[in-house]
Amino acid sequence: MAAASPSVFLLMVNGQVESAQFPEYDDLYCKYCFVYGQDWAPTAGLEEGISQITCKSQDVRQALVWLPIDVTFKSTNPFGWPQMVLSVYGPDVFGNDVVRGYGAVHVPFSPGRYRKTIPMFVPESTSKLQKFTSWFMGRRPEYTDPKVVAQGEGREVTRVRSQGFVTVVFNVVTKDMRKLGYDTGPTDTQATWGTSPAQGLPH
Amino acid sequence: MNPKEEKVKIIAEEFTENEEDAAVGRRKKKVQRQQRKKQPPTAGPEEMVSENPHLGPQQEPGQEEPKTHLLSTTARRGPRSLPPIPSASRTGFAEFSMRERMREKLQAARSKAESALLQEIPTPRPRRLRSPSERESETEFGTEPGKEVRRTQQEDDSQNYSKVKFHDSARKIKSKPQVPPGFPSPEEAYNFFTFNFDPEPEEERSEEEKAGAKTRGGADQEAVSPGQQDEEELLDGREAEDLLLGLEHMADDFVAIRPAEYESVHRWLQKEKEMLFVPSRLTVPTYKKLPENVQPRFLEDEGLYIGARPEVARTTGNIMENRLLVQEPERGWFGDDGRILALPSPIKPFPSRPPVLPPGQSTAAELETLYKKAVKYVHRSQHMIGSGDPSGNFQVDIDISGLIFTHHPCFSREHVLAAKLAQLYDQYLARHQRNKAKFLTDKLHALRNAVQTGLNPEKPQQSLETTQKTIKEYKAEIWQTRRLRDAEQEKDRTLLKTIIKVWKEMKSLREFQRFTNTPLKLVLRKEKVDQKADEEAFEAEIQAEISELLEEHREEYEQKMEEYRAAHQQWKAWKRAQRARKKKKKHAAEEPPDEETEEAPPEEDPGKPVPPEPTDRAVLEQQVRERAAQSRRRPGEPTLVPELSLAGSVTPNDQCPRVEVLRREDVRRRSVYLKVLFNNKEVSRTVSRQLGADFRVHFGQIFNLQIFNWPESLTLQVYETVGHSSATLLAEVFLPIPETTVVTGRAPIEEVEFSSNQHVTLDHEGVGSGVPFSFEADGSNQLILMTSGKVSHSVAWAIGENGIPLIPPLSQQNIGFRSALKRADAISSIGTSGLADMKKLAKWATESKLDPNDPNNAPLMQLISVATSGESYVPDFFRLEQLQQEFNFVSDEELNRSKRFRLLQLRNQEVPEFRNYKQIPVYDREIMEKVFQDYEKRLRDRNVIETKDHIDTHRATVAKYLQQVRESVINRFLIAKHHFLLTDLVVEEEVPNISSEGSGILGLSLFKLAEQKRPLRPRRKGRKKVTAQSLSDGDVKLLVNIIRAYDIPVRTPTPSKFQQPSRTSRTFVEKHAASPSTHSPTHSADYPLGQVLVRPFVEVSFQRTICHTTTAEGPNPSWNEELELPFRAPNGDYSTASLQSVKDDVFINIFDEVLYDVLEDDRERGRGIHTRIERHWLGCVKIPFSTIYFQSRIDGTFKIDIPPVLLGYSKERSMMIERGFDSVRSLSEGSYITLFITMEPQLVPGESVREKMSVMLKKFDSQEDEKLLQAAEKFQAECALKFPNRQCLTTVTDISGKTVFITRYLRPLNPPEELLTVYPSNPQATAELVARYVSLIPFLPDTVSFAGICDLWSTSDQFLDLLAGDEEEHAVLLCNYFLSLGKKAWLVMGSAIPEGATAYVLTWEQNHYLIWNPCSGHFYGQFDTFCPLKSVGCLIGPDNVWFNIQQYDSPLRINFDVTKPKLWKSFFSRSLPYPGLSSVQPEELIYQCTDKAAAAELQDRIEKILKEKIMDWRPRHLTRWNRYCTSTLRHFLPLLERSQGEDVEDDHRAELLKQLGDYRFSGFPLHMAYSEVKPLIEAVYSTGVHNIDVPNVEFALAVYIHPYPKNVLSVWIYVASLIRSR
Repeated sequence: MAAASPSVFLLMVNGQVESAQFPEYDDLYCKYCFVYGQDWAPTAGLEEGISQITCKSQDVRQALVWLPIDVTFKSTNPFGWPQMVLSVYGPDVFGNDVVRGYGAVHVPFSPGRYRKTIPMFVPESTSKLQKFTSWFMGRRPEYTDPKVVAQGEGREVTRVRSQGFVTVVFNVVTKDMRKLGYDTGPTDTQATWGTSPAQGLPH
Repeated sequence: MNPKEEKVKIIAEEFTENEEDAAVGRRKKKVQRQQRKKQPPTAGPEEMVSENPHLGPQQEPGQEEPKTHLLSTTARRGPRSLPPIPSASRTGFAEFSMRERMREKLQAARSKAESALLQEIPTPRPRRLRSPSERESETEFGTEPGKEVRRTQQEDDSQNYSKVKFHDSARKIKSKPQVPPGFPSPEEAYNFFTFNFDPEPEEERSEEEKAGAKTRGGADQEAVSPGQQDEEELLDGREAEDLLLGLEHMADDFVAIRPAEYESVHRWLQKEKEMLFVPSRLTVPTYKKLPENVQPRFLEDEGLYIGARPEVARTTGNIMENRLLVQEPERGWFGDDGRILALPSPIKPFPSRPPVLPPGQSTAAELETLYKKAVKYVHRSQHMIGSGDPSGNFQVDIDISGLIFTHHPCFSREHVLAAKLAQLYDQYLARHQRNKAKFLTDKLHALRNAVQTGLNPEKPQQSLETTQKTIKEYKAEIWQTRRLRDAEQEKDRTLLKTIIKVWKEMKSLREFQRFTNTPLKLVLRKEKVDQKADEEAFEAEIQAEISELLEEHREEYEQKMEEYRAAHQQWKAWKRAQRARKKKKKHAAEEPPDEETEEAPPEEDPGKPVPPEPTDRAVLEQQVRERAAQSRRRPGEPTLVPELSLAGSVTPNDQCPRVEVLRREDVRRRSVYLKVLFNNKEVSRTVSRQLGADFRVHFGQIFNLQIFNWPESLTLQVYETVGHSSATLLAEVFLPIPETTVVTGRAPIEEVEFSSNQHVTLDHEGVGSGVPFSFEADGSNQLILMTSGKVSHSVAWAIGENGIPLIPPLSQQNIGFRSALKRADAISSIGTSGLADMKKLAKWATESKLDPNDPNNAPLMQLISVATSGESYVPDFFRLEQLQQEFNFVSDEELNRSKRFRLLQLRNQEVPEFRNYKQIPVYDREIMEKVFQDYEKRLRDRNVIETKDHIDTHRATVAKYLQQVRESVINRFLIAKHHFLLTDLVVEEEVPNISSEGSGILGLSLFKLAEQKRPLRPRRKGRKKVTAQSLSDGDVKLLVNIIRAYDIPVRTPTPSKFQQPSRTSRTFVEKHAASPSTHSPTHSADYPLGQVLVRPFVEVSFQRTICHTTTAEGPNPSWNEELELPFRAPNGDYSTASLQSVKDDVFINIFDEVLYDVLEDDRERGRGIHTRIERHWLGCVKIPFSTIYFQSRIDGTFKIDIPPVLLGYSKERSMMIERGFDSVRSLSEGSYITLFITMEPQLVPGESVREKMSVMLKKFDSQEDEKLLQAAEKFQAECALKFPNRQCLTTVTDISGKTVFITRYLRPLNPPEELLTVYPSNPQATAELVARYVSLIPFLPDTVSFAGICDLWSTSDQFLDLLAGDEEEHAVLLCNYFLSLGKKAWLVMGSAIPEGATAYVLTWEQNHYLIWNPCSGHFYGQFDTFCPLKSVGCLIGPDNVWFNIQQYDSPLRINFDVTKPKLWKSFFSRSLPYPGLSSVQPEELIYQCTDKAAAAELQDRIEKILKEKIMDWRPRHLTRWNRYCTSTLRHFLPLLERSQGEDVEDDHRAELLKQLGDYRFSGFPLHMAYSEVKPLIEAVYSTGVHNIDVPNVEFALAVYIHPYPKNVLSVWIYVASLIRSR
């Protein structure tokens, strides 16, 4: 009955932040959070997470994070589709924790397994002097809120530099999307589910 | 041997054949050589051309060798040898023995060496000094014949050039075999190896090998080898010298020295002539190249495709042809057109090899292809069609079949005639086809028949008259037709005659010039006619005509006769009358004869009419016959049918005179091509075709134009190229745009004529253009012909794959096109002009059963079909985003109907109600209708004056106006809100700056690194500012630190009347509190420890959250407590703009806590405490949240707003006096509280928005002088540099957004007359009254109304109209009033607490300065410590601005004397005098008296509302109103107003006591400026009067509104609680 006319659709995302490729830095840890529109609400799972500090191994040369993600959203409107915002931190030469990269990626629209490599970037200092002092004092420019990387507004005032990559694996399951009229692709599980009873019906 | 050599030899052979030419060339060369010697040696291509020839003669002495050499080679070549070579040389060759030849060779070498030496003497010096570059260029010249060829083509004097070339080549041949003297021929070499030889040749050989290697080596060597024979050149090079040396050596050793042999040039020539075949460079006549009696056949003219022939220089071609003719006489090399067979040129016009890259670059990058999407070009004047975007491309096919010149400058006279003939013939054909004469003849016959039948009396006659009439008409018709026919026939005949005449002329011309140019041939075919029948017909015709004419004449005659008769009668009558008169006269006297009398009155005599002569048939017949002979074919004469054919033969070139040949050459050199221009842009062009001898050019090309736009114009441009010169535009031909029905395949070939006005004069047979010429020998009868011609073409719309014509829809045509006009006509022609609605038109078309197949209706039908199919329609609007429609997934109606979409839209528009709406439901049905209710109500209310909150209508309108201004301003800057600054997004450390305070210094912050984490003496650190966006409810707290208060009113002893009933309930506190007050205040010193006179506590209420401190004791309590109040932003929106518009106030109320013992029974006293706590409101401080938000902290001592009458409390003035505060507090009596208010976390105030605004506002236009604005900016910058914290204002923004200089706001303005008359003698009192009036105007900060966008200054009249404004407006008005009162007054811009940056008014009284707070009406002395003004930035007078440049800015410590330039920096000074700026203020203010009745009504309503509110606030208790008390209070309030709340306390108390003796009374009057009801309610609420929950409490509430002019209302609210005392 609820399935007959759902009022929300569900989006389940699980997977993990797999690894981080920052050639120059070590001892990194990673934070993730989700940014979503006003029509979205998390129903289960954690929408934020912070990983352990990971050191690069000698042979892999990349920090393996393996931070699991498991979150379910419900929504009435695909507008404001959830985005995952990642920020990576690590110590600088003086031992201050500084940001090593920000990045954002949309949660894939259609169900399936995805491996996304997210380029990471950091805001740049506005001047050379500031760059020096910020390096020296260990207070690098940071976004006021990591979530600004998920929004397009106001980015024109910033200057960023790319830093590295973070690989994230998403497993996406949707529910009731098609019933609400959102066709996100042929692999929608709802499609097969929806057509199966029709076959059984006598024509 | 070298194959190259062989090739060269062949060429040499070609040249030598033409001995004559060579001879001529040589002669010329000699001349050249002499010239050359005089010339300085300059390098360059021309130079080289002239230079090369001189080499020839010098080589001649060594010519012997090539001869032998040649012989040998020719022998060896066998089949390819040329027949004309004399056989003698061949036989001679066989007989030579080896030795002889060797000797001869050596001899030759020696002689050559000698001759070279000899020649060296006359060699001019410059030659030796030839630069290497020159030599190099020479090399190039030799090695790149292709280049040379090209140059040759450009050379005009080709003859001369060819000679040059000949020698050049000749030199090359000669050089090769000669390289080292005695270079062996292959035979020699053979001999050398087979025979036993002397050792000498071996050396030669080594030399030869060396040279041979060099020759093979490359181009460089080649340049050297020719040089070897030119001795003078040899001297230059080192190798050359070696060779020479070797030669000398050789000569010395092996050769006997003999005198030089000389062979004369003639002999040489003779020999050359015998041996060499030099083909001619002249053009070979076509007949030679073709089989006998065969006309050249031009396949191209026959329509066959012939590819572009490879480009060959004409001379080269000629030479080749000549040679081929001689060498292979069977003509296998020539095609039908007489030209050498050639395949189409395989050479691509562009290089196909990738460009050679510099080694550094990577090839991949260069070769990478970039994909660029084709961009559609949309014509600007074309409107896009809404939905029916043209679905595909449209295509116009332009078929250009050919071009015929009707006149061309190269026309010979014969051509002119031929053209004329052709034209005439065309005319003839056209006429013949129409055959009008025949038609008219038939018509004539028919008419005659009709007349005859009509005359036939056998026919039943309806009425004779009608028949007569018709017959008459017929006859008139006959006459008309006959005339026409005659004219036509005459025309036909003359045309025929002209044709024949022209033909004859042509024939004679052909005979005269003895050649034929045109194949035109006119054949006159005689068609045999049956003589007899013809004659009969002719005769019959003539007879018919005669009879008709006769009839006509007869009629005419009769008519004339009739006239004559009438005239005659008249005349007779007249005569008779005359006669009668005469008779009378006769009676009198004898009369002269009749005739005389007739003449006597000649004027009266009408004259005797002459009877008309009857027509003579014979004469008539004569006339008719003559005419017939003229215009008609004679009977029996055969009909002549001219037939023009092109069968005639054209005289071949070689039979023509030179001028004609020249003309033909010229024609051949000319070629024509057409450019196709579509909408004035060249889209394609035809191939360039040679002009045929018949001046026809066949193109046969079809251009498919893929178009997007409706064609506006189609133009062909005819270009002609002569030779290799650039093309000249002959004429433009405009093609009509095809009808929509014309599609490919159906389009007829049409001819469009063109003509050009160019003037061409030619030096051959061509007649030129625009130049007079004549056919006559004497030059008479001149003709001027212009170049003209016809282009045959067809233009049609292409048909798409599915058979649909690719025509852009008609609606796409612009008005003004011809076709568009036609379309308009198409509609109007049916009588329905002005039909704009296509649907209606279609309907009409179906209703009126328009024939859709009628071609006349075609455009209309297409229009209808296009319109009704919905593919496109003409929008009657202009669409900015024309693609919007395509992206609309639902229609607008549906979008509007859907609640969900509406909600989404509203949320996206950031409508306040929906800005934070979460989880908009999926279905419409789930959305409650009430969601929109608020919003819709707001929308409705925008237009409806809300009278509920604004009881007074004027204020309602003002509020509405303010609301609208606010909305417009907010909308205007909504975009600006979305602009981000770096600080909004990125947290970054400040730039380390030495001068900045605090953590700025780099060294200091470095030092900080080393400092302890937890220092023993912590220092205050700046808090981190938080941008508002990441906040949510509960994050923000308001921190209020209540530190201490001064001078709280103390309880006065209750009078005896009160004391009695309360005796039992007297508390301990009260006892103590009462005791001092019962005594005189002087006695208070007896209680030095400060008995508890009052137990005050502070309650802070903000957003209906209430916190309070603990209760302290005494009039000067110290709490030192921090209260934390949560802050909630409206709608949970923590954006800057939203926070700025928070209107909430922080109320800091001071209460006295009074304990009442409620114990009924004294006996229980020992066992329990039964007290009731009552709190009595003492006063309040109100701080708007916006101030806190912008100030970020508020720290200071504030005056407590204490009601003028506080029953039961009094101030301890005496105590203060005793404690020595008198000097400080004398002027400002009152209570004070010290506060520290801030927010946690610190919010970033909307400064960023403000800055952006100020930048934006500067862009608003200003009416100020540019210079003044610049000066203002400079002034401000200078001030800001010195004292960045001091406020400096020079320009402000007025309400319309324009920048106005600030002094324009100050101008004496009259205060209301009413106020001036109150205290006519006391100026100070008047000033206070005025200040009070100003303070009564409600305060509304700009930041609230304009959401922190900008500070707008309204003028005083606007301010009074709006009845709302902030400090500036108040201050300006007050200052203006003071100025008008004759005071010296200034506007003080500075900062005060709690307002922050604000404006005060400074006045100069007799000997001191007074600082006025315009919003409260209070004034302070300069040295008043409690003056809220804390710093002074600048002073503004009506004519100047002074900036404070003193060390301090506190009003206590500064000097206000603005005349001192060291202390005050003035804006207008000597360097920039005051320009006398006119004020923006009105001349005077007009005050309307406020309607007293309305005020009274408002008063009642407010009272009612407040009473209701109080009852609402006490939901659990009964609220009783004491009417008696209320009326008493109501009477008392006007008194308060009159006295402005002073000095009435005692009287009032006494009166109250008298009237309300039985009640314990606690209450106070509140005084406020009236703006809205809401603040009044808030104020009443904050007093907490309603909180009393004593069961038998009664309330009294009275409202009094005193109206001041201009609707300024002073509101008094007296609220009190009464407890009946037992």
